[in-house]
Amino acid sequence: MFAYLVKRVFQAIAVMFVISVIGFAIQGNLGDPLRELVGQSVSEETRQQLRDELGLNDSFMTQYLRFAGNALQGDLGTSYFFKEPALDVILKKLPATLELVMGATLIIIGLSVPLGVYTAIKPDTVLSRIIMGLSIVGISIPVFLTAIMMIFVFSVHYGWFPSFGRGDVVHVWGYWETNFLTADGWMHIILPSFALASIMLPLFIRLIRSEMMEVLQSEYVKFARAKGISPRRIYFLHALKNTLLPVITVGGVQIGTMVAYTILTETVFQWPGMGFMFLEAVNRVDTPLIVAYLIVVGFIFVVTNTIVDLIYGLVNPTVNIARMGA
Amino acid sequence: MSLLSVRDLTVKFAMREQTVTALNGISFDLAKGERLGIVGESGAGKSITGFALMNLLSRPGFIDHGQIMFEGEDVVTMNDRQLRGMRGNRMAMIFQDPMVTLNPVLTIGQQMIETLMAHRKLSREEARQIAIVKLREVYIPSPEERLEQYPHELSGGMRQRIIIAIALLLDPQLIIADEPTTALDVTIQADIMELLLELCQSNQVGLILITHDLGVVSQMTERTLVMYAGRIIEAGRTREIINDPQHPYTQGLINALPQQTLPGQRLKQIPGNMPSLTNIPPGCPFNPRCEYATDLCRSRIPEISHYGEVEVACHEVQRLQSNDARREVKA
Repeated sequence: MFAYLVKRVFQAIAVMFVISVIGFAIQGNLGDPLRELVGQSVSEETRQQLRDELGLNDSFMTQYLRFAGNALQGDLGTSYFFKEPALDVILKKLPATLELVMGATLIIIGLSVPLGVYTAIKPDTVLSRIIMGLSIVGISIPVFLTAIMMIFVFSVHYGWFPSFGRGDVVHVWGYWETNFLTADGWMHIILPSFALASIMLPLFIRLIRSEMMEVLQSEYVKFARAKGISPRRIYFLHALKNTLLPVITVGGVQIGTMVAYTILTETVFQWPGMGFMFLEAVNRVDTPLIVAYLIVVGFIFVVTNTIVDLIYGLVNPTVNIARMGA
Repeated sequence: MSLLSVRDLTVKFAMREQTVTALNGISFDLAKGERLGIVGESGAGKSITGFALMNLLSRPGFIDHGQIMFEGEDVVTMNDRQLRGMRGNRMAMIFQDPMVTLNPVLTIGQQMIETLMAHRKLSREEARQIAIVKLREVYIPSPEERLEQYPHELSGGMRQRIIIAIALLLDPQLIIADEPTTALDVTIQADIMELLLELCQSNQVGLILITHDLGVVSQMTERTLVMYAGRIIEAGRTREIINDPQHPYTQGLINALPQQTLPGQRLKQIPGNMPSLTNIPPGCPFNPRCEYATDLCRSRIPEISHYGEVEVACHEVQRLQSNDARREVKA
């Protein structure tokens, strides 16, 4: 177990290293930091002097090491626009994004498992055909269009849900504000969560369905039938447990991807999260903030994948975490 | 009264273009505690017979008509509840490949205990105790530990023993074993067969052994059915069939055994292949491969009828027999 963890942590460090190099390389090539700092009314000599002072004339290697050293101490530079440490800016926006991803994940897990299982067990019913048809539509329509259509139908036309913002939020601990403790917060998070889930949900329904259909053809399911086990136990224990193994692996990657998808959803719903912030930072050429965003998202990706791998090891008895890597 | 009485069992497969007949009017009986072998080439319908007896055919296969009287009840007309009550309880099945028969994500214990609890009102602990007893009966060392293990931690031979133990859990009247040793190492095959024979004899359990191995059939069973293209073509006491086969196909099978040829000599093969179900020739399905085939064989399907000690479906049995007699006289 320990050896496996150590191995995973080393992998994570390697991935983070690559992300940081890419992030840093972007920083050096996105406009002139001096222009952002001092504007136009400074002479060329003063500029050169400032460049030297800021270390902008040092080699790439030296600059990267300085950047990496600061990053390790939690300093990802200072946002030009907010005049605050970039990491602080992002961490303030992080809860909103994570709650949105959480909402979408709950929707995906809550709907894809029953719908996937149903369409696998009863593939010929009208309902199954409708679900499969809709899932194709869901995959084909881009997130921003789904979001706009949802606003049009459910906010503008019917007026059931608010169309933008987070609504009433409650401070939980530190700066973490949550939507999940007020009715208004719930109303605000529903539409954006569904919009964010709109691509992944059909994907997971189809994935679970095809895995389940394959498992239902297996010899061990036939043997369970030959033992006289009830269909319910066969479907939801024998088959589902085997179905979910590959789904967990894919799911881990997709949760990370969803953090990236929030850029679109948050923009449409004016959701005050990291994704919305990132788009604004791009508009303002707020380079430190852009780089910090890339690194934080990369970090989230690495952490979720590591956790998912560990969970997979716990669910799948043929992967023995205790002995792995030893 | 016989334990199992099958009459005119016909199984069809609904394919996209047409419906093909995989089993064509199979009839046979099995007495309590009797051991019956079903032999034939791949595709003859042996495994389908096994699954049909359990009414466990998966789509697109279905029982078209016929009767399977098991302990006085017709398996064909049972509802799902009755079938579930019978399967694993009064009639159990042993599958071909032990590497894929057990569920990889459930422990041996879970898979044994659930079987017991599906059929009997038992506490988990009582079920566990029965499972341990049954594992001992199949000579599994330290059964308590095995219950906590997952299938992938055990060898193929060990898994097949466990599967046999699962089949025996509820003391069934009949076990259907579908090529139970084909997937195993040759050295383990004999052990498993011996174990199966011993358990069936000591518990008075009926056995239907599906195999293509005539040697196994001769050691294990009292009676034998020979199948070809979805039909029974010869049936009778195993000893008679092995020593004095009547049907040209059965004769071919026995002549193809290595024991029937001298070292260095080529094995005697039956020419050609079994016809596919979509393309069964008119008349006797064996006629294109049969050296004795006549016009009658090519036009009419032979009925199965008593011939001496055995039942044979062949138009030419009599002629074959007189040939044999003449040959014997010459010799």
